[in-house]
Amino acid sequence: MRRFSFLGLLIMVLAVLAVACGGGASTTAFTPPSDPIGVIKIGPKDPIRIASALVISGADANLGTDSQRGVELAIADRKAIKGHSIQLQAEDDGCSSEGGQAAGTKLAANPQIVGVVGTSCSSAARAAAPLITKAGKVMVSPSNTAPSLTAPDRSADFAGYLRTAHNDKVQGAVAAKFAREQLKVSKVATIHDGSPYAEQLQAVFAAEFKKLGGQITAQEAVAPTDTDMRPVLTKIAAGKPDLIYYPIFVAAGGHVTTQARKTSGLEQVKLMSADGTFAVDFLKAASDAAVGVYHSSPDFSAFAGGYADFKAKHKAKYGEDPVSAFHAHAYDAAMIMFKAIEKVGVEGPDKSLYIPQKALRDALFATKDHQGLTGKINCDKNGDCADPKIAVYQNSADNVKQAKVPDTPIWKPY
Amino acid sequence: MTGRPATSLAAIRRWSARINVADLLMWIVGGAILIFIVAGSIATLRLGIYSFRQWVDFIVFGLAQGGVYALIALGYTMVYGTLRMINFAHGEVFMSGAYTAYFLAFTLAQNGWIERYPVISLAMIFAVSMGTSALVAVLVERIAYRPLRNAPRLVALITAIGASFFLQYAFRGLYGSGFKAYPRMSFLEGSWSLGDFRILHLQVVVIVAAALMMAVLYLFIQKTKTGKAIRAVSEDKAAAALMGISVDRMIVITFVIGGLAAGFAGVLFALMFKQVHFFMGFIPGIKAFTAAVLGGIGNIPGAMIGGAFLGIFESLGPILFLDGFGIKAPYQLKDAIAFAMLVLVLIFRPTGVLGERLVQKKA
Repeated sequence: MRRFSFLGLLIMVLAVLAVACGGGASTTAFTPPSDPIGVIKIGPKDPIRIASALVISGADANLGTDSQRGVELAIADRKAIKGHSIQLQAEDDGCSSEGGQAAGTKLAANPQIVGVVGTSCSSAARAAAPLITKAGKVMVSPSNTAPSLTAPDRSADFAGYLRTAHNDKVQGAVAAKFAREQLKVSKVATIHDGSPYAEQLQAVFAAEFKKLGGQITAQEAVAPTDTDMRPVLTKIAAGKPDLIYYPIFVAAGGHVTTQARKTSGLEQVKLMSADGTFAVDFLKAASDAAVGVYHSSPDFSAFAGGYADFKAKHKAKYGEDPVSAFHAHAYDAAMIMFKAIEKVGVEGPDKSLYIPQKALRDALFATKDHQGLTGKINCDKNGDCADPKIAVYQNSADNVKQAKVPDTPIWKPY
Repeated sequence: MTGRPATSLAAIRRWSARINVADLLMWIVGGAILIFIVAGSIATLRLGIYSFRQWVDFIVFGLAQGGVYALIALGYTMVYGTLRMINFAHGEVFMSGAYTAYFLAFTLAQNGWIERYPVISLAMIFAVSMGTSALVAVLVERIAYRPLRNAPRLVALITAIGASFFLQYAFRGLYGSGFKAYPRMSFLEGSWSLGDFRILHLQVVVIVAAALMMAVLYLFIQKTKTGKAIRAVSEDKAAAALMGISVDRMIVITFVIGGLAAGFAGVLFALMFKQVHFFMGFIPGIKAFTAAVLGGIGNIPGAMIGGAFLGIFESLGPILFLDGFGIKAPYQLKDAIAFAMLVLVLIFRPTGVLGERLVQKKA
C-alpha cells in the first residue's frame, strides 16, 4: 500500500513539474482567447462556416431566394476573413414556426457554424432565434419585420438576435399615412393571416390610421393555407371599405387579390399589401388582378451608391433582377457579421482562427455607422440595425406582364 | 292501474341499461354545440348586417368549394369501400394532376390557344390532369398497397402516409419547390346577373362540372357491369372472386376512378384558385377525407353530400355561428368549425350522414 501511495505522489510531482515547465515554455507563445459562451476554433485550412435560414421553397420562395442571393453576393465580395474563406450552409425556414424550429435546431447543433443570416419570416424567427441564441451563436435577419422581435421587453432568449430589416412600426405608419393622406380613403378593412408579421403590421396600421382620422371597418383573419377568400371578402364587403390592407404572404395574398374585386360590393375597392407580397411570384399568382395593387416596401431609390453595382453583379450571376425586397438587407446582414468576426477573431500561430462567441455578439450589437447598401447600419441594444426608409410602390401592367417587381416607388413619406 | 307504471318502469330500466355514461356525455357535448350554433345563428341574423343576397353568395361559394371536396372525397370513399383502408396519398393524387396539367395550360396560354380554342384547350387540360392523376393512383396501388394487401390494416395506413410524402417530394423534385399560377382564362370570367343576384361564370362551371362528374361516376358504379363487380368486391372479396370477378382488376379500376375524379377536381381547383404547388394536395386532401367521413365513408352519395356540406359550413359557418357573438375575425376558425361539424355529426350518427352498416358486417 505504502509503496503505491509513494508512486502516486511521485507521479503527481512529476506531472506538476511537467506542466510548470510546459507553461514556462509557452509564456511567450499563443494563448487562445477565452469567452463566457465559448470559442469556435477554425482550423488553419478550414473555411469560416456561416449559415442562412431563409424560405427557399413553397409560395414564398422568392422572399428567401432573394435574400440568399444577397448573402451569396456578400460572400463573393468579401472573399475571406483573415485568410479563411467563407462557406455558406443554406437551410430552409419554410416561412413557418415549424420550419424555423427545424432549421434552428439543425444549425444550433452544429458547433462549427459561427452565425446565421435569417430568418425570412418573423414566425420562423420566433422559433429559431431562441435556439440559435442558446447555442451561443448570433443571428441577423434580413427580412423579419414584426415589432415584437426587437421590442425592449423581448425575452433573454433573443439576446443573439438582430435584424437589418426595418421594424414594422415604421412600415405600418408609412402605409397608414399613404392610405389616409395620398389615397384619401376613410374606411379600411384589414386582413392578417395569424403570423406575427401580418398580425402586428395590420395592428400598427390600424392604430395609425385611426389616429389620422380614418375608420377601420373590419380586422379579419385568414389562414396562410386558405384558398377560398370569397366568404371573408363578402363579410368585409358588408362594412363598405374603400381600401383593403392585407399585409400577408404570397399564396393567401394572391387569393385575396384575385378574388377581392370579383366580390359583390368590392368592385371598386383599392388594394394595398406590404413587403411580404412584394415578389415576382405574387405578380404571377394574382396575374392581371395585381395591376394597381399598392405595396409598402423598402425604398430602393434611397439605397446607397453601391446598390447599382450590386444589381449589376446580381444580374451577371443570376441572370435576372432581384425578385423580392430584401436582397440588400441580406447583403448588409452578412457584411456586418463578417466585420464583427474580423474584429473579434484571433489568429493562432498555426493560422487557425479563434472566434469568441460572446465577444462576437457584443461586436455585432456595437455595429455603428456601417455603410451598407440599405443605408447607415446602427444596431441598438434591442437588435434593430436598420436605417428604415419605406416607400410605396404600385404594380403596373408592365410589371405583371414582364414578371418584374416595380423598382421605383410612387410615393415616399420624406 | 298498477300495470302501467310497472311497464313504464320496466321501459325506463331497459333504457337506462342501454344508455351508458359515455353516451350521455357525448350527447351533452353534442347538445352544447347545437345550442351554441343555434344561438349564434339567431344572434347573427338579428344583427342583420348581411343581406339575403350575401347569404346566397356564401352558399354558392360553399357549393363551389364543396364540389371540389366531394370529387376528392369520392376517391377516399371508394378505396375505403373496397379495401377498408384510408388512402392518405389521395391528396397527392389530386396535386399531381393539377400540377402536371399546369405545364400544358401554360404552353396553351403562351401560344394563344386558350383564347382561340377555349373548349378544346380546356378539354386537353382536363385530359392531362385526369390521366396523370389516374396513373399516379394506379402506381401507388400497384407499388405501395398491393404487396401489403393482406398485412394488418395499420401497415397499409402507414404506407399510405409514406406514399403521400414520397409523392409530395417527388413532385417537388420534378417541378421545383416554388409555386405556379394557372393562366387566366377570359372565357370563364364575367358573371350572370339575375335581378339582384350575381353569379360568376366560373362558379357555375365548377358546380355544374362537379355535379356532372359525380353523376357519371355514380351511374357507372350503379348501372354498369363493372360497377356491379366493384360493388361485389366491396361487399365480400372472397365471394366475388368465387363468382369469377378479378378482384385485383376491380381494385385497380377503383383507383383509376378515384384518380380521374381527383384529376378533374384538380383542374376545377386550379381554375378557381390559380395557384398550384407540390404541397397543394395536403389541405384539400384532409378536408375531403373529412367530407367522406361526414357523409359516411364507403358510401358514394355520402361523399357528395359530405363535400357539399363541408364546403357550405366552411363558407357560411364562421359568420353565421360566430359573428353574432361578436367574435373577431371568425374566418380564422373556419377549420375548427368544419371539424366541430364533423364531431357533431359523428356524435349523433357515428356512421356519418349516409353511413353504411359497416360496423358489424365488414369490420
